[in-house]
Amino acid sequence: MAQNNVLEAVREALFEEMERDGTVVLLGEDVGARGGVFRATEGLQARFGPERVIDTPLAESGIVGVAIGAALNGLRPVAEVQFADFILPAMNQLISEAAKMRYRSNGAFGCPLTVRTPYGGGVHGALYHSQSIEALFCHIPGLMVVAPSTPYDAKGLLKAAIRDPDPVLFLEHKRTYRLIKGEVPEGDYVLPIGKAKVKREGTDLCVITYGLMVHYSLEAAEALAREGVSVEVLDLRTLLPLDKEAVLAASKKTGKVLIVHEDNLTGGLGGEVAALIAQDGFESLDAPVMRLAGPDVPAMGFAKTLEDAYLLSPEKIAAALRKLAAY
Amino acid sequence: MSTQPQTLAQAPELPPADLLKMHYLMLLARRLDERMWLLNRQGKIAFVISCQGHEGAQVGTAWALRPGIDWVLPYYRDLALVLALKMTPREIMLGAFARAEDPSSGGRQMPSHYGSPRLKIVSGSSPVATKIPHAAGVALACKLRHEDAVTAVYFGEGSTSQGDFHEGLNFAAVQRLPVVFVCENNEWAISTPLSKEMAIERVAQRGSAYGIPGETVNGSDVVKVYQAMKQAVARARQGEGPTLLEVLTVRLTSHSSDDNQFSYRPKEELQTEQEHHEPLAAFARYLRQAGVLDTPKEQELEARVAAEVDDATAYAERAAPPAPESLLDHVYADAEPQQ
Repeated sequence: MAQNNVLEAVREALFEEMERDGTVVLLGEDVGARGGVFRATEGLQARFGPERVIDTPLAESGIVGVAIGAALNGLRPVAEVQFADFILPAMNQLISEAAKMRYRSNGAFGCPLTVRTPYGGGVHGALYHSQSIEALFCHIPGLMVVAPSTPYDAKGLLKAAIRDPDPVLFLEHKRTYRLIKGEVPEGDYVLPIGKAKVKREGTDLCVITYGLMVHYSLEAAEALAREGVSVEVLDLRTLLPLDKEAVLAASKKTGKVLIVHEDNLTGGLGGEVAALIAQDGFESLDAPVMRLAGPDVPAMGFAKTLEDAYLLSPEKIAAALRKLAAY
Repeated sequence: MSTQPQTLAQAPELPPADLLKMHYLMLLARRLDERMWLLNRQGKIAFVISCQGHEGAQVGTAWALRPGIDWVLPYYRDLALVLALKMTPREIMLGAFARAEDPSSGGRQMPSHYGSPRLKIVSGSSPVATKIPHAAGVALACKLRHEDAVTAVYFGEGSTSQGDFHEGLNFAAVQRLPVVFVCENNEWAISTPLSKEMAIERVAQRGSAYGIPGETVNGSDVVKVYQAMKQAVARARQGEGPTLLEVLTVRLTSHSSDDNQFSYRPKEELQTEQEHHEPLAAFARYLRQAGVLDTPKEQELEARVAAEVDDATAYAERAAPPAPESLLDHVYADAEPQQ
């Protein structure tokens, strides 16, 4: 089986979906001749033409707004927002329009839109090329928020997002693009949106996480294993809707839960996961639910010292796990 | 609108039957609108936002469109427009009463947020101008499929201050999409007069910034409106790209049933507007002069419209409200197997 990185998996999913369905179109800044600033759409304009791979003016609200209109009229648009930090001008389009189209029309209109955007830090992106924005959208019924961690999941979930009749915000951790490699089956497969995945079985503690932090958590779990502590790692994969069953199962199995995300702590997804466990899984807990997240500062700095100080690492996660194990 | 009334345009391409139908739609919109205010003041419907004074702009432009074929994205003042696109008075009243049967939203949205897949009327929201990029996207899909459908998007001049106005027009212009941008300029954004909205004379001037034609027509000259729209539609259909069509209108009512326009608008200003630019009266005068309309015909029309308004009101008043448990429906499509 082919070893691909996340970027290649994304490109493969886009290529295959455009091959199988003539209504799939891409639009965004620099997605055409340049193939996107991360090269996720490289070669697609050459293959499918400028009518289906559209370089847009530099205007995020317009990109998403145009994509919504196209989705209303029979296309399956995949809009790219170049960096998640720049999605804020499109929030009105996503929240007031895409998320509410089906609801406000009483089911008459649907909005089969996918918005892809790279998020997260660790690439010297500083304040405005590093942010995690998922929590802003996980509060919005009508949207789905997907955040894969591996090439296999990226391909299968992106295909699912494109085929889904409702709007999906597809978050690609930019540090995983070239860093994370894995087996990706050639040809068509689709993974269900809304299903988490146990990445490592364990019995003493569990980590509930997503994105790049899945890989850091697996490293931390390996370190703990050497110390005789068995750690389960659950990759949420979809952040909205949350796979409540999988969260509660992991919590019940281990009794001790550490929630990890790169996004800052307050109002982050961890709060929702913790509340779910507190409400529906309290009796099986052996320790308070812990959260390890980015600090509550506006964003990470450009200087390596500041970036490192913001970001989590396998070591920081392992330290939190040791603390939880000792509780 | 400070200009004096002009001589109304002649329209050899509009036979008397068409002119009468247009007049009927304008009258129907006006009387439905008036009834909704009455129902609001009686406490029977919670909100009204009016088309009064905009009927000429709406019916004139609609007459150049093909209902159910061309795509239309109306805004909240477009009652006469959606009637011309074949929404029925009953459907309008079902929306006003927020009934389950309301075809636009099943009683979810405020009145006048029209939508109908059957009529290719795209569901709209309350934030203004968000639909302008949607129109470009709808037209993009038509263009990709090589359909000859034109997309028309309607908005007030207040919306032209929004970023989405710029982003939508710019995208459509760059891609030469078959869109007509119709601005109904009544010179008031709730209480903010035109002079505080923009430092230019006419919204149509903005067309040149996008490299597209911008044209201004008087909304009380229905035939002229029709001719301008017809030209813009033809341009779009021939692949020549979008047009910004500004239609000057007068807002005869307060912004909505929750507003009192005389707290900010001089009564004399409205009076002058009414005398010179009130579209329903102007069009009726035109039809009388053309020998198409006379008093018996007008009375007959009024009686027919009154009966339709009564019927729609009675029907909608009796209709069931949405079931409380339906609040949870249609957040997402029903679970269906992925292909």
